[in-house]
Amino acid sequence: MSLSPIKKITGRAVPMEGDDIDTDRIIPARYMRCVTFDGLGEFLFRDIRQTPEGKSTNHPIDQAKFKGATILVSGMNFGCGSSREHAPQAIVRAGFQAVIAGNYAEIFFGNSTTLGLPCVSAQKEDLRALTQLISSEPSTQVEIDLEKLKVTAGKLSFPVTMKASAQQGLLSGRYDAIADLLANLPKVQSMASTIPGPSVSAA
Amino acid sequence: MGKTLFHKVWDRHTVAKLPDGSTQLFIGTHLIHEVTSPQAFGMIRDLGLKVAFPNRTFATVDHIVPTDHRIEPFKDSLADAMIKELRKNCAEFGVTFFDIPSGKQGIVHIVGPEQGITQPGTTIACGDSHTSTHGAFGAVAFGIGTSQVRDVLATQTMALSPLKVRKIEVRGKLGPGVYAKDIILHIIRTLGVNGGTGFAYEYAGPTIEGLSIEERMTICNMSIEGGARVGYVNPDEKTFEYLKGRPYCPRGKEWDAAVKEWRKVASDPDAVYDDVKIFEASEIRPTVTWGINPGQGIFIDEAIPSPDQLPEADRSSAKEALEFMKFKAGEKLSGQKIQVAFFGSCTNARVSDFVEASKFLKGRKVAPGIRAIAVPGSQGVSKICAELGIDKIFREAGFEWREAGCSMCLGMNPDQLVGDEICASSSNRNFKGRQGSPTGRTLLMSPVMVAAAAVTGEVSDARKVFAKA
Repeated sequence: MSLSPIKKITGRAVPMEGDDIDTDRIIPARYMRCVTFDGLGEFLFRDIRQTPEGKSTNHPIDQAKFKGATILVSGMNFGCGSSREHAPQAIVRAGFQAVIAGNYAEIFFGNSTTLGLPCVSAQKEDLRALTQLISSEPSTQVEIDLEKLKVTAGKLSFPVTMKASAQQGLLSGRYDAIADLLANLPKVQSMASTIPGPSVSAA
Repeated sequence: MGKTLFHKVWDRHTVAKLPDGSTQLFIGTHLIHEVTSPQAFGMIRDLGLKVAFPNRTFATVDHIVPTDHRIEPFKDSLADAMIKELRKNCAEFGVTFFDIPSGKQGIVHIVGPEQGITQPGTTIACGDSHTSTHGAFGAVAFGIGTSQVRDVLATQTMALSPLKVRKIEVRGKLGPGVYAKDIILHIIRTLGVNGGTGFAYEYAGPTIEGLSIEERMTICNMSIEGGARVGYVNPDEKTFEYLKGRPYCPRGKEWDAAVKEWRKVASDPDAVYDDVKIFEASEIRPTVTWGINPGQGIFIDEAIPSPDQLPEADRSSAKEALEFMKFKAGEKLSGQKIQVAFFGSCTNARVSDFVEASKFLKGRKVAPGIRAIAVPGSQGVSKICAELGIDKIFREAGFEWREAGCSMCLGMNPDQLVGDEICASSSNRNFKGRQGSPTGRTLLMSPVMVAAAAVTGEVSDARKVFAKA
């Protein structure tokens, strides 16, 4: 699929503080009773943003000063838990274009990359400083440079990391692998003939 | 230099190197369910593609099915739309669907092995993180997202980077009342919930070899809770014995030839690992989680740790957990009142789980006021339990005996906690809100410990409760 390369993300950022923000917190399972991903953005972080009675907890995401933010800032092990692509889909559909966190669960990271949602990893102290900065000055423009693997925000500037194949994919616009996979179908056909699949054989 | 099973299987299934440096990996078997597949079928329709190898994809319905009343249309119109969508997709693209009337429906990770679809030496993918379960047979099995479900449907391959391999060797003899669930909870507690990121876990050593296939499935199932996307056990005679005669396994001469191949995929004795960790089985005791991730566990006779005693990296999560769970550091879980007992999930809802617990439940009663539900992992499990009279033992004890599905493990169907109820659960995740109520509290433990909690109405050491069994 021909996709635009993703080299830089610039925008305001909102803190989603905490470690181990799991996929059930990103999108609770009860909101996955659907056959399309449409409308998932509404339920992003639902149980963090609302009480069980449906009252707003006034989470930063819902505060006027963070309205329009396009970058999420969180802690360690972001996206742990299930393989549900509903999680990055909800993030994207809520208007986010990138995540800066300590590190990521593997399946979540792969799902996000395929959608063109870059997830970069930062050191703890840098995350702390960034969170402090955006909390006190929400209008700060944050820039993620995927070529240089660097985040700049006001006077802050720090390096980030990203798996090389993901970085390569985003920079070249080949983060969704489907076209490359389809191109090799003849090879796949010949491999399939040598690897038996499960089948009901006659007794 | 020898190779690990992971590398043998990986090499055998490598189609090509992709421009971004990742590997195009052939997927021998693809399993799908109603939650993560409809969007993938939508995508291939939008792209004008078809399912490349419909004979290699198998479907079941598990997450959203009600476990009490199965008459369609389901009361929940959203759930009803999902099962109908899966039915339509399978019919349109020629995919085998173990639908409710088939008698073979159940949790995807229980149905695959039961039907003999899960086989050694192959690659398996499914849009569910607990796909690692199938590694118990010496398969390399991955949980994948919906875009990858699309990739596998359209090409029978996906793009992946190779993993490192960590050998987790468990030695020695398990004490009485200590189960596979305790082994894996202990491993996760020790290595951390993200300790396995980037690794495939090879579970090995005399203790693992001594486990039954179903116990190995419990261990591989929770690999992802330790951050490892893949977990496996080398196939052996027990593996072949378990598979022989199952519907989707080869027969006759083809069976003999298959076993010969399967023997070769086990890791070589001189295989080189990226890391090795050793555990002593005798040190493991019944384990219960007190927090909001599966690594926050303690032995039943230990006290909940104070965040200050924990490594710095674990402190903030521990504080958050204590606040959410309304527990105090220094307290013991033993004696903690419960309101719900859930016996089920892809971790622990196989025949052997029910058989083992039934030995202790026989002649006992669930404590007054406790909502106890038993949910067999598949219609197949349910049938065998009925033949053995096990459903009767559970019912007479006061458990509700339900139809097969994921049920209260994740509360996508009507089986949910209410308010901040505490649930003794044989499932795999204790995340906030996991069991359907945003404030519900989940304590993970072995099925026999769930049975002990159900009959006493509180978290209890099953070894003491059932001592007079």
